[in-house]
Amino acid sequence: MDYDLRNDAYDGPILEIDKLSISFFTRLREIPAVMDFSAKIMPGEALGIVGESGCGKSTVALGVMQDLGVNGRIVGGSIKFKGRDLNTMTQEELRDIRGSQIAMIYQEPMASLNPAMRIGKQLMEVPMIHEGVSEKDAYDRALEVVTDVKLPDPARILNSFPHQLSGGQQQRIVIAMALMSKPSLLILDEPTTALDVTVEAAVVDLVKDLGKKYGTSMLFISHNLGLVLETCDRICVMYSGEAVERGSIEDVFDEMQHPYTQALFRSIPLPGADKNARPLVAIPGNFPLPHERPSGCNFGPRCDYFEAGRCDVGNIAMRPIPGNDRHESRCLRFEEIDWNAPIDVGPQTAKPEPGRVVLKMDNLKKYYEVAASALFGGKNKKVVKANETLSFEAREAETLAIVGESGCGKSTFAKVLMGLETATDGQILLDNQNIESTPIEARDTKTVADVQMVFQNPFDTLNPSMTVGRQIIRALEIFKIGNTDDDRRNRMLELLDLVKLPRAFADRMPRQLSGGQKQRVGIARAFAGGARIVVADEPVSALDVSVQAAVTDLLMEIQRNEKTTLLFISHDLSIVRYLSDRVMVMYLGHVVELGTTEQVFSPPYHPYTEALLSAVPIADTSVKKKHIVLDGDIPSAMNPPSGCPFQTRCHWKDRAGKSLCETQVPPMRILDGGHQVKCHLSDEDLANMEPVIEMPATAAE
Amino acid sequence: MDTLTWTGSLGSILVPAITITAAVFVAAVIVQLIMGVFAADVKLQANPDGTLQGRGGLLGRLETYTGWLFMLLVGLIAAFIVLAWFMPYGEAGILGEISRRFLPTWIALIVTFIVSITFKRKLGLYGKLFDSTIGMIGFALVMFWVFTSIFVGMFDMIGTHDPLQQISGLKNKLPGVAVPEGQDEGFYPHYLLGGDNLARDIFTRMVHGSVIVMIIAPLATIFAFMVGITLGLPAGYYGGKLDTVLSFLANLILAFPVILLFYLLVTPEIVATGLPNFLAAFLFVFPLVFFGVLINSRYKTQGSKNTLYLAVVLIPLAVLYLSVISEANSPLNIWPNALDLITIPGGILVVFVSVVFVNSPTVFRIVRGLALDIKTRDYVAAAQTRGEGPWYIMLWEILPNARGPLIVDFCLRIGYTTILLGTLGFFGLGLPPESPDWGSTINEGRKLLLIYVHPALPPAIALLSLVLGLNLLADGLREESLKD
Amino acid sequence: MGLFILRRLGVMILTALCLTFIVFWLTNLYPNLEKLAKTQGNFRMSDEQVETYLGNRGYTQALPVKYGQWLGVLPGYVIEGTDGETRARCAAGRAPTEDTATFCGILQGEWGQSTVFKDEVGSIVSTRLGLTGKLMFWVMMVMVPGALIIGVLAGMREGSRTDRSLSTVSIVSTATPEYVSGVILIAVFATPLFGMQYFKGTATSAMDDANFNNFFLPVITIALYGMGYIARMTRASMTEVMTAQYIRTARLKGVSFPNIVMKHALRNALIAPFTVIMLQFPWLLNGVVIVETLFNYKGFGWTLVQAASNNDIELLLGVSVVSVFVVLVTQLISDIGYVFLNPRIRIS
Repeated sequence: MDYDLRNDAYDGPILEIDKLSISFFTRLREIPAVMDFSAKIMPGEALGIVGESGCGKSTVALGVMQDLGVNGRIVGGSIKFKGRDLNTMTQEELRDIRGSQIAMIYQEPMASLNPAMRIGKQLMEVPMIHEGVSEKDAYDRALEVVTDVKLPDPARILNSFPHQLSGGQQQRIVIAMALMSKPSLLILDEPTTALDVTVEAAVVDLVKDLGKKYGTSMLFISHNLGLVLETCDRICVMYSGEAVERGSIEDVFDEMQHPYTQALFRSIPLPGADKNARPLVAIPGNFPLPHERPSGCNFGPRCDYFEAGRCDVGNIAMRPIPGNDRHESRCLRFEEIDWNAPIDVGPQTAKPEPGRVVLKMDNLKKYYEVAASALFGGKNKKVVKANETLSFEAREAETLAIVGESGCGKSTFAKVLMGLETATDGQILLDNQNIESTPIEARDTKTVADVQMVFQNPFDTLNPSMTVGRQIIRALEIFKIGNTDDDRRNRMLELLDLVKLPRAFADRMPRQLSGGQKQRVGIARAFAGGARIVVADEPVSALDVSVQAAVTDLLMEIQRNEKTTLLFISHDLSIVRYLSDRVMVMYLGHVVELGTTEQVFSPPYHPYTEALLSAVPIADTSVKKKHIVLDGDIPSAMNPPSGCPFQTRCHWKDRAGKSLCETQVPPMRILDGGHQVKCHLSDEDLANMEPVIEMPATAAE
Repeated sequence: MDTLTWTGSLGSILVPAITITAAVFVAAVIVQLIMGVFAADVKLQANPDGTLQGRGGLLGRLETYTGWLFMLLVGLIAAFIVLAWFMPYGEAGILGEISRRFLPTWIALIVTFIVSITFKRKLGLYGKLFDSTIGMIGFALVMFWVFTSIFVGMFDMIGTHDPLQQISGLKNKLPGVAVPEGQDEGFYPHYLLGGDNLARDIFTRMVHGSVIVMIIAPLATIFAFMVGITLGLPAGYYGGKLDTVLSFLANLILAFPVILLFYLLVTPEIVATGLPNFLAAFLFVFPLVFFGVLINSRYKTQGSKNTLYLAVVLIPLAVLYLSVISEANSPLNIWPNALDLITIPGGILVVFVSVVFVNSPTVFRIVRGLALDIKTRDYVAAAQTRGEGPWYIMLWEILPNARGPLIVDFCLRIGYTTILLGTLGFFGLGLPPESPDWGSTINEGRKLLLIYVHPALPPAIALLSLVLGLNLLADGLREESLKD
Repeated sequence: MGLFILRRLGVMILTALCLTFIVFWLTNLYPNLEKLAKTQGNFRMSDEQVETYLGNRGYTQALPVKYGQWLGVLPGYVIEGTDGETRARCAAGRAPTEDTATFCGILQGEWGQSTVFKDEVGSIVSTRLGLTGKLMFWVMMVMVPGALIIGVLAGMREGSRTDRSLSTVSIVSTATPEYVSGVILIAVFATPLFGMQYFKGTATSAMDDANFNNFFLPVITIALYGMGYIARMTRASMTEVMTAQYIRTARLKGVSFPNIVMKHALRNALIAPFTVIMLQFPWLLNGVVIVETLFNYKGFGWTLVQAASNNDIELLLGVSVVSVFVVLVTQLISDIGYVFLNPRIRIS
């Protein structure tokens, strides 16, 4: 049998999952995680599984690996790998297949590598176990594969420990490890979620190339529709433990036949969406908990096409869609729904006129002094330039987006603005008053209440041991709002209304709330003192796609009504394009580009902005993108490159003059309409830049 | 009166039954352990009816049988305890009589368990404790001694004699010995666990010992927590120089061999210098600081309410504090004796102070570590950005979220404090020599250990059961708090 | 790395100075000195006589001065007493001669005289330390492998019956302080009470000739208490490692379970227990004192008790210096070992 598995002549499906059901057992109940899931992967094919967190997509992957932990069980169905049922295999047989025939890559590259083992040893282990090759051969193989994943200096890398590599390099090593035995099936579980966008683009590119080179089939699990579009041939959309629609990428993206798929596409900001003219359509309601699923269609309660008495009874099966190849949908009404009906566009709003300047930064600098090595101490202090000459102004009722990847200094900037740190140099003017060197303790209540923040991680933003109401009331107390406890309680309830949460939530503990609800409480808390400037630090990046739209719209709505200045920090260019009026792009502490959304998203670009735009996956088959992949990783802020911060990865460096870029920080140049770019490129070069994203004529109108 | 046998008339049936069951149980556990190491990782299957298939084969059956054996053992012991209540005096032997003496404790225990298990879903972490066998056993052991000390200390119930009374002729007599004729009417007729080398009743001394332990150990642990929290939070939150200095001091105390510290600190000469009083004055001020800051940071924004709450809490605490630290005959006499509510004997005070002193640095380190971790959370940043003071953040944002590990450590630390108290007693330090606390009685008993075993064993087993209970309780709490 | 060790050494010396100073201060408090005068001189001395007695022997000098002399960084006193005799610290309390040294503190190797044993403190400490060393060697031999094996076995499959049983065993052993387990072990194995009189209840004979019969009980008594603690630490660290993602990576690479435990988990899991074992030393010293007293084994711990209960100041100081030193050295070893075991920290 084993011989059969290695037989290259096998030409049936590599993986065939049939009516798979997986449950987790707790003390109280059985929790079904995956129900009636079927899929088929042919040799060389890549299948993407898309869904929100908790939909069971990772459980499918672990089910294939037969590694469900102590509580998880396969309760029905079969998983056939090259025709053999994995469910009935013994531990020994499974061990033989794992690593050699099926390999898996998952989210946290650092956690996936053994910290106390040299990389070489971890790689060499794979062929040594499965093929019994000698250490020498295994080493040669490792060297070869590490070269394949485009890592510099493979011999040195093989001899190092995981912590000595950057995140992107670690993920390449994990990929190399998966490819060591040339598996027939590669399972990737959110392989790039922990990486920066530009690094992600490079890794995705690599996976695609290697998949072709080694002829590996892939099971690609992601929450990002755009990423699946770029990597996969076929797609399967999951919702609450069930596959709701599957088919080829083109069929599902362009002729979707399930209300959930449609709602999902309408809730993500694609190019062309606009907060005023074409707002996103959020999916109403919440994701059902696994033990509180409705009867009938799981999506029923949130579906626009719901029909009582029909959609909420019995089990609903997958049905093929006539005319399309292997395109199926789990909807009773897909024939009846007019899928081409125009989107029911929400209330359109006029773009508010930006008012006077409320916040002005002028040459702001923030340097940190750190000991060269934290553990061993020493005298040689290093200066980290977290923010370098930051200048911009923000007006009333305006949304300024601050875009950049890790280490670009956007969080430091927020800290300085909030007063948690003081500036090294330069000034911050709030209503023409200098606040750059006033720490938060020294600020008066009004100033503190005026500048507030919405945090990134919804699970961390609320104190877990205080009720929701109490936390908002505390903010009111500290901002000296309301005279009595009753006043404050009323105001708190009004704030809950403002963020569209039921008043009953006031007495709930944060753990009883979903991520999106917590984020709403965080917004209510920020607006408790009537904030005029709100810094939103990636407020929706940790939320699920369908919730993102609702929270974003809420933020926009409050902003419009309260005329708040919103500083929206994000790495996600899609959402930035959707909601911001002006955009500031940062790289390693420098502002590299600043302008209106229109100016930044169309040429001329700063080379970094150009690469960033190209790296963001877009879930639209009609959009054409220029392909730019940056080399290497983002340099460490501790050890920035000389000259232009971007020169180590810039594709345009040869045009502008290598030596110039390597020695001198470019000046901030002001182009037409106040568009600012920090680059050495000549006006001519800038003017000749091509747009990165080309939209079809219909969508661009 | 005759000498009592160990088990009386029940013994002939129940004792062999219990012994055999226990032996088989132990053997089964050991076999199971050995098999467990070599057994393969079982691939579990779910049955169509939703149940899970357990481990099959020989090992699986063995596991089931071991479970039954354990239940049988518990049942037999419970039967013995309960039967003894209803038998005439002397019939149930020494163990039966002891079980009868503990009747109030049993009733209290049973009531506590019935009430707690009935309402366990509404009782938060405490209720969840009753989902874990380990936790329940630990809780039962701890509560057994808590109730015993309450009944002994407040109602003088369980003990049979006076802990200091000597009856001539009973020196080093074996358990079950009858008290000679000629005593008062209603006098308890036996020394249940025999007499010690001063002819005192060992059983009575053991139950009276629990009172001392139950007062000092939790109280000293609370004080150690106050000190550790009040210093650990700012050390972790601010970091920097403050952290360096405080951590250095904590490490200094931790590097000091505990036993040496006790020998240096807990001597009559040191008590005479008043050093313990000064140390007490320093250590006992922490609860005042703690509660003062706690209230002030929370209600600072509401002036009048703040003053009221502060006064209500701090004034009684301050009076208590001054009463405790100021003693008439010590160098630290700063509070009029007429208002001195509490007088703690020098010996006890020095024991108390040194135990707090030794425990605080460890608590400090734990709290500091937790504060370092929690201060990076966004809700702390949110509090900072709305201009909260540092103490509000430390006490109201960080501390409540560190409570899980702290509660677990609190249980463990009471156990550790009990051990420390025993150590002090074992070396005859601090507590007066006639004190019935467990450490001192073990110390007295061990001197003639090779000739007379019975005086040293009961306090040793009592101390073991209490500390074991606390450890099991902590383990159960940790396990339950980690779940969901 | 060198700098790191230097810094640690600096902190260690500072700690040692602070600790010895505290001990010195506590032993030299006036009531202690008064007791010393009365036991050495005569019990019926008046307060004034005590004063002059102490004054003549340099005890009434300022505390830092005395400490400096004891340490050997200040010249030893030479006092012409009120009774006409001249006493010098460096001449053992007699009149100084030509070849009397100026400095005589512990730095010069002068540890003073024990009043109880009437002997050089230095020689007492070294012999006693040797005896305790023998005891500790066997304790370590029993405790460390035992604890690590229990911890690893329990931690490799969290929640299994093996885990539960072994964890309960280790909880019981941590809950049994030496004076309890010692008493119970003696009662069971050294008295005829239970018919299992296999061992001797005293270890006095083991000082010259240690054998299984007379040495087993003291060794196992100390080992039991520490064993549970180390085993629980090992288990905690092992369970944490076993749920780490890289263990899953290894499993999904097809590594067999024994190899996962041996090659992937063990090294990572042993980092934490290593430091714990080293930091156990202050605790072990406790156990040593209790067990040596209980079993009448006249080692270092027994000496500590004798010195402390008889107010033998010089001996007590000597014992303190040694124990503080031992504790600090183990802490240093633990720090350095941690850095070596954990590759994540070992960066130049």
